[in-house]
Amino acid sequence: MNEPAVVLDGVSVTYGRHEALRNVTAELPTGAIGLLGPNGAGKSTLIKALLGLLPPSSGRMRVLGYDVRESPLAIRARVGYMPESDAHMPGMTAVSFVAYCGELAGLPSSNAMQRAHEVLFYVGLGEARYRNVETYSTGMKQRIKLAQALVHDPDLLFLDEPTNGMDPKGRDEMLALVRDIATMKAITLILSSHLLPDVEFACDHVLVLNRGAVAAQGPIATLKGTSGRVFELRVKGGNASFLDAIRAEGLGCDGETTGVLRVYVPEQRPTQALFQIAAQHGVQVRHLRASVPSLEDVFARALGEPLDAARGKEV
Amino acid sequence: MPIHDQGYRHYSGDRALHGRGWWVIARHGMVAPLRERRFLALLLFAWSPFAVHAVQLYLGATLVRSAFFVATEETFHTFLSQQRLFVFFITIYVGAGLIASDRQANALQVYLSKPITRHDYIGGKLLTLAMFLAAVTWIPAMLLLLLQILFSGSLDFVLDHPRLVPAITLAATLQVVLAAVTMLALSSLSRSRRFAAMLYAGLVIFAGLLDTVLEGVTRNTAWMLISPQNTLLFIIRAIFDGPPDNVALLGSAVAALVALLIACVLILERRVRAVDVVA
Repeated sequence: MNEPAVVLDGVSVTYGRHEALRNVTAELPTGAIGLLGPNGAGKSTLIKALLGLLPPSSGRMRVLGYDVRESPLAIRARVGYMPESDAHMPGMTAVSFVAYCGELAGLPSSNAMQRAHEVLFYVGLGEARYRNVETYSTGMKQRIKLAQALVHDPDLLFLDEPTNGMDPKGRDEMLALVRDIATMKAITLILSSHLLPDVEFACDHVLVLNRGAVAAQGPIATLKGTSGRVFELRVKGGNASFLDAIRAEGLGCDGETTGVLRVYVPEQRPTQALFQIAAQHGVQVRHLRASVPSLEDVFARALGEPLDAARGKEV
Repeated sequence: MPIHDQGYRHYSGDRALHGRGWWVIARHGMVAPLRERRFLALLLFAWSPFAVHAVQLYLGATLVRSAFFVATEETFHTFLSQQRLFVFFITIYVGAGLIASDRQANALQVYLSKPITRHDYIGGKLLTLAMFLAAVTWIPAMLLLLLQILFSGSLDFVLDHPRLVPAITLAATLQVVLAAVTMLALSSLSRSRRFAAMLYAGLVIFAGLLDTVLEGVTRNTAWMLISPQNTLLFIIRAIFDGPPDNVALLGSAVAALVALLIACVLILERRVRAVDVVA
């Protein structure tokens, strides 16, 4: 089995009195890993700590086999980082910016320039590579950030909200690139995003953070499949008491505001339990359909919040 | 297959060991201003005193045996003092945006996500400015000395003034280091290069004016210590002429500059971070 790309052992990071990460323990394998969590959950903090930019107050971190505290430069030489906010070198064209980043990462000048051209074509900025980065649109700035993170051919890529501010077409293209990087180019990536569909599209593992702590982790397929079955349910009459009863019976339920309930039935419970509860509360079941568990379901359960609330925070 | 799939290949070429990031930063920082005509004009203008002094040395060594034209240690002291104006302008032109512009463009997190340290970053930026400042202080001063040797046809002048080369080097180094470190620290305080430039200009001009006024009113030369530039001039005078009568004041002047440099280093240490922590 491959060595994990990232190992976190009881990592805590504090900003003054605020604890941004609390005792985070996780193993992130190679491949495409999604980093999920509400705003302030500690996703960006975790990435910056893994880069060695934020020292943890406790715990140990290993990235690509290197201890972060002892070998931050060795890690950064093999890692690419695409920051969340706009970031570029002032007054530079795209190709000189990316080449400069390559040189900073240790590539010889001529190789860095050649790589810059290649990578800019790869991210779709080939035609605009001689333009000043400051004249780029938001979507192009996202692409140039990806290019500078890729120029030195990293083994591990940290992408912090890579589709932020992009139009739907640009977003699709960026996600296709991200997936291509992980699958075809064999570069491990950790994708931090507040867009659940993005993570579901591009990643096969996920680490869910909530208030600085790990709420769930593992392969997305496993996380979706372990919780039993999910049903879409539409009922008539006695909605509130019915919902209370469902929850009291240990069945999860979300989607009150949309009119279509999503009910989680644990593995060991029969589906008939739903009808029994409905009958006890004088509720008519008008619609019942087995549904496919989504990452949103996983996310909502991990956060211990109704799906609507989770959607409200994340999407 | 999308067209962007054509470009990416894995890299199998050389990779430098860590620790040369400062040089990459400095090299790039030096090349960028040299592409600007305005800056080239400023550099050229900054060498005009050199041309004047070169003619003076030529005349003194070959044609006119007048005391005005004959080279002395004071010639070089005067030259370095005259270069203060150009040090001021080049410091502002090159230095104001060195960190401020990076902060404005959030470039620090890009820099520091590469295998370079904060000290590499600061060192590279410092070297950028220091090289330009050396190019208008130490280099022309040493060239003047070389011209003096060539025009006179002997090493007698250097042998007669053994303190001159160390004095030029020390005085120019102090000029360069003080300007570069101060400007870099001020640049790190802001996201605007204009604001950083105004801070530096304020420090140099208004502190100098205040010193002049207070010294005029109180007849106390110790007020010089509030102006880094005037303090530096006092020290440079001592470097060329030997210790002044008031040795205690010289000690205070050195201490004031050291304190200023330490304050600047502390500011840089605090401000140059990939992550701004507001606790």
